[in-house]
Amino acid sequence: MNLHLFPEQASEIARESDWLFWALTALSALVCVLVFAPLVWFAIKYRRGRKVNRDFNEGNTWKIEVTWTLIPLFLTMGIFAWSAEVFFRMENPPPGALEVNVVGKQWMWKLQHAEGAREINELHIPRGKPVKLTMTSQDVIHDFFVPAFRTKQDVVPGRYTTEWFTPTKVGRYHIFCAQYCGTSHAAMIGTVYVMEPHDYERWLVQGSPEPLAKQGEALFHSLGCSGCHGPTSKIHAPPLEGVYGHLVPLETKEFVLADDRYVRDSILLPASQIAAGYQNLMPSFTGHISEEEIMEIIAYLKSIANKTPEGYAK
Amino acid sequence: MNADESNYLSEHSVRSWLLTTDHKRIGILYLLSIVVYFAIAATAAALMRIQLLSPHSDLVLPETYNKLFTLHGVLMVWFFLIPSIPAVLGNFVIPMMIGARDVAFPKLNLISWYLFNIGGLCALYAVIWGGVDTGWTFYTPYSTTYANGHVVTMIMGVFIAGFGSILTGLNFIVTIHKMRAPGMTWFRLPLFIWSLYSTSLILVLATPVLAITLLAITVERLWGVGIFDPNLGGDPVLFQHMFWFYSHPAVYIMILPGMGVVSELITCFSRKRIFGYHFVAFSSLAIAVIGFLVWGHHMFVSSQSVYAGMVFSILSFIVAVPSAIKVFNWTATLYKGSISYDTPMLYAFGFIGLFTIGGLTGLFLAAIAVDVHLHDTYFVIAHFHYIMVGGMVLSFMGGLHYWWPKITGRMYPEVMGRIAALTTFVGFNLTFFPQFLLGYLGQPRRYHAYPPEFQIFHIFSTAGASILGVGYLMPLFYFLWSLKYGQRAPANPWQATGLEWQTPSPPPRENFGKIPIITEAPYDYHPEVEQAKPELQHV
Repeated sequence: MNLHLFPEQASEIARESDWLFWALTALSALVCVLVFAPLVWFAIKYRRGRKVNRDFNEGNTWKIEVTWTLIPLFLTMGIFAWSAEVFFRMENPPPGALEVNVVGKQWMWKLQHAEGAREINELHIPRGKPVKLTMTSQDVIHDFFVPAFRTKQDVVPGRYTTEWFTPTKVGRYHIFCAQYCGTSHAAMIGTVYVMEPHDYERWLVQGSPEPLAKQGEALFHSLGCSGCHGPTSKIHAPPLEGVYGHLVPLETKEFVLADDRYVRDSILLPASQIAAGYQNLMPSFTGHISEEEIMEIIAYLKSIANKTPEGYAK
Repeated sequence: MNADESNYLSEHSVRSWLLTTDHKRIGILYLLSIVVYFAIAATAAALMRIQLLSPHSDLVLPETYNKLFTLHGVLMVWFFLIPSIPAVLGNFVIPMMIGARDVAFPKLNLISWYLFNIGGLCALYAVIWGGVDTGWTFYTPYSTTYANGHVVTMIMGVFIAGFGSILTGLNFIVTIHKMRAPGMTWFRLPLFIWSLYSTSLILVLATPVLAITLLAITVERLWGVGIFDPNLGGDPVLFQHMFWFYSHPAVYIMILPGMGVVSELITCFSRKRIFGYHFVAFSSLAIAVIGFLVWGHHMFVSSQSVYAGMVFSILSFIVAVPSAIKVFNWTATLYKGSISYDTPMLYAFGFIGLFTIGGLTGLFLAAIAVDVHLHDTYFVIAHFHYIMVGGMVLSFMGGLHYWWPKITGRMYPEVMGRIAALTTFVGFNLTFFPQFLLGYLGQPRRYHAYPPEFQIFHIFSTAGASILGVGYLMPLFYFLWSLKYGQRAPANPWQATGLEWQTPSPPPRENFGKIPIITEAPYDYHPEVEQAKPELQHV
């Protein structure tokens, strides 16, 4: 049993989170001194039975009250601004990050890299590159927590959440599920392996997996999506080239951004958002497609986001 | 026995207790009930602490561990902390403090106690017939779709007890508005009344939201109506909004009354008028109002929007300010006082120390970027136990020792009292301080097993918990002992100024022979005047 007092600091944001943590610790220590020193001093000096001058005229106290109201208020507002700024960056992944999909279930983590590699309860990533996780759960709420990166995010069924970090130190770090999820919650743990970039490249091509978008394309055909959303279709269904990441006009005269969530909803609840000019013909795939498969389809649609539909009958 | 000597305890029949409408007796009924719930919940905590001595799951099965922390949370929150000061001490002293003969609705008061216990028995029934493993937070869709066990029974227990809370809050609000003695203006009220008034507002306004939320879980669980489960078209995060809209204000239900007690103790045992009466009084109201607007700080990583997170963060910093004001005013009150270290005052000192640490660590969790790391770790556990135990339990114990002579007519043994107070303080810190470090290191909460590097902190924590247990058990024994062997209490053993001390100990059924007329502000203490302690008679 070794005594560790400080957690590993292995991401860029961890450094900033720690600065804030230690600033708060220093501020708290200062407040403790400012409160406890007079408290102890008064308790000793004015203890009962001691001969001491106790003449006291409270007089007007509002000046001192306003002082000790405003000083903490300003201090806390300063801390707020600082932490909000850091949080804002925590929540906004930079473009070009490595993408990994995460599906949580009772009680394991299933991960899949955009390059195709699949892992369970392990995440291999290179040092020095931002990594973005797109996460969902197939049952209850989980939470993907990497203490060494000072970051966590709930993994919620029915929606996608994201988390990102830039690892700075090669090593092995805990993944914990931080949101209580049932009997084996404590066993829903895993390991992040931060590797040197060249080691990571070597790891990534082991077993030469197909990229996620390719797997998604195959699925797009095998599930029969291409039968309607394809150039040879007899059915009036919208082509899906050039859709992802763009605004889609709806029958309700609204526009919706075709993001991960939109694609997921369109597969599971096709009737909820009908594209303008089309009819509600698509069957729901609820029960016929897994969360991982939906994420593969998304990867495929993402890969054709800059194409234009060709060969469709007018 | 002639009429002059009879008091509210004179009648002994079971019927006279179970059908009483006397606020003092109802306070005692509550005291007996919450001691039972506390004992069960504390036993659950003890089992968890033993389990956590080793990193593996040695003592109990994972399911059992999960049921233990659920039991601990549900009983401690709804069946101990929430009723502790309001329903026990509040019931006993509010009418006497304001110069009334009883609360506004004495029968409703008794009904509240019955509702509370029907709820409690319901919850215990759920525990005995297999238990519930959702955690006291009942997060969806786990609680609605995936959890086995008697979730609905447990929820019904909380639901029913909630009506007891609402009625108690209502009773107190009306009592404080309508039953004050002549001359008892709002700014002559003791600060205990202000804090319980604020608490009652929260009880009345927030508890119905809890009731609706719990009903929604029940409807989804029993009949599959999609409210929270996304597979049924619901939204699991909606549950968290509804739950914390109640449960964050409920945190203030669990601390405001403690602040009220401490204001009484600090003034009495330093023989000083409270410093900044108006600021202390209005800070209670400020906490009650702003406390309704900070629930989202439990949800920074829940997938609520970044901007919602920031709004909740800034409001959470703001709600810390009125608490700070109170701490500063209590400290200033000591200046030029005549301070004695009787047991209640030791608890009050303990409260200020632990509440300050609890409050400051709350700032860490309000700081949204730091909360992302600390959320759902032992840091949170340590933080809220500093408030709930370090704050509420210590002030409850302080208040119980302070009013014990009034309640029972007997003095508790002072030396034992001081030893117990110190034991509790030391045991508490040893239990919970290491958990701040554990949380910062990343140990998640609700883990029955954990990586071995965390073990050393768990060992400290469990060692502390055993000392804390001694600190809790001692008063149980010497309070019971004092009922028979304690010295008879004079009417006003602390020479305190409150109206409750102008009645005999124990007080007569009607509290006052003649309703007093109030002509001055509370806390008319004079530290410069040396007063001899009243003589105590041996039995």
